[in-house]
Amino acid sequence: MTRRVVVTGLGVVSSLGLTRVEHFEGLKEGRSGIGPLTITDADRLSVKIGGYADAFTPEGRFDRSDVSLFDRTTQMAVTAADEAMAEAGVELSEAEAVRSGVVIGTALCGMETVDSAYRTVFQEGKNRVHPFVVPRLMSNAGASQISMRHGLKGPSWTVSTACSSANHAIGQAFHMVKSGASDLMVAGGAEAPLVFGVIKAWEGLRVMSRDNCRPFSKNRSGMVQGEGAAVLVLEEMGRAKARGATIWGEICGFGMSADASDIVTPSQDGAARAINSALTDANMAADEIRYINAHGTATAANDKTECAAIHQVFGPAAPKLSVSSTKSMHGHAIGAAGALEAAACLMAMSESVIPPTINFDEPDPDCNLDITPNEARDADVSAALSNSFAFGGLNAVLAFRKA
Amino acid sequence: MGDTTEEQVIAIVAEQAMLSASEVKLDDNPEDMGLDSLALVEIVFSIEETFDVSVPFNANDLASSEFDISSVGKIVEAVKALVAAKG
Repeated sequence: MTRRVVVTGLGVVSSLGLTRVEHFEGLKEGRSGIGPLTITDADRLSVKIGGYADAFTPEGRFDRSDVSLFDRTTQMAVTAADEAMAEAGVELSEAEAVRSGVVIGTALCGMETVDSAYRTVFQEGKNRVHPFVVPRLMSNAGASQISMRHGLKGPSWTVSTACSSANHAIGQAFHMVKSGASDLMVAGGAEAPLVFGVIKAWEGLRVMSRDNCRPFSKNRSGMVQGEGAAVLVLEEMGRAKARGATIWGEICGFGMSADASDIVTPSQDGAARAINSALTDANMAADEIRYINAHGTATAANDKTECAAIHQVFGPAAPKLSVSSTKSMHGHAIGAAGALEAAACLMAMSESVIPPTINFDEPDPDCNLDITPNEARDADVSAALSNSFAFGGLNAVLAFRKA
Repeated sequence: MGDTTEEQVIAIVAEQAMLSASEVKLDDNPEDMGLDSLALVEIVFSIEETFDVSVPFNANDLASSEFDISSVGKIVEAVKALVAAKG
């Protein structure tokens, strides 16, 4: 019997809000979470904006020992996972716990910890750093802390494929449940890259916008970084139904590809192959898809290439699609992006609202799709796709079906 | 590397294009020289480091960029202007 995989819990932290509900409200209102950065040494940056979750602080959320062990990335991952698990209402027996795991995508590592420790040794000339720098900064800190808090004792790991990290994480967790290797997986992504060193590095590539994030708009000027985490609880459908769980939607397909061409320039062929692969895995015809949450980074190259790939795959069905880039609102959360965007797809299906692409000023003939400009739209969304196309050419596309 | 701004810019471009400086002409354009987007970003970085200037270049918006990279000669002119503006 084919096992099916559903989402029974969802937690989100982003610059739009610190809970799933707040994030959804932001998406529906078309609110911008992008603003001026006030991080240390912001005056030395030429890119001074980001999707920073200003209201997110560890005080009051975590006890003293956790604060000293959790980088901001982990704080966000754990906060989203706590919300997702509480919503899912899961209580695991020992036998269930060993068949339940966690997969978290993250492109970098605990960069706030790295930035701060480097300041200490290089800038301040000190010869001693905090004893927990290593457990704070390691890329798997989030996955490990989630497993510890929620007693998830099965297969657990971290995925790092730049901007596709969260989609690869959710897709692999989907495979685990679908194959029967696990019955429940906690999966998503987390990233807190808005520190001086990371932004300074991104400035060098000359692809960052200094004013705003305007995906698909002719006057787009580049990407704007965000931060956050989103975590999904994935369960085998029969198990979820038997316990009467709320079902947000089904994950029904996952497609992966490698461009095998260029380390930064996107490829239409690689993107189209990943989209096709997700549709095939889901056993879906292209015209079943109603909404695509685009990668939509607002760089000149991505948006043009992504639209061409969508036209290539969808052909005559392309004009009927609603497409949007929610990065226009929460910024590009890098390794967390796919998870925040899975949340947008689940909202579109469960609440029948397609989130918009805000800051849309001017149509671009190279981006000739309905990109849901500026305002959310009521629509019955029976199926959706979420695209992630990473630096390094590693692509990951998730297919969702309404529950 | 030569002393004049033109010689220095040509040397920077030539290094990225894997050519000798004598092969680089002022009316050559980056595309014909086989310079991809990463090479352009490295050229801009070398110019900033060599001349101690900040180059207004956004890879997303070459058309309206204040820094004209349409030919080697245009890059030389733009660098001269930046150096002059520095005073």
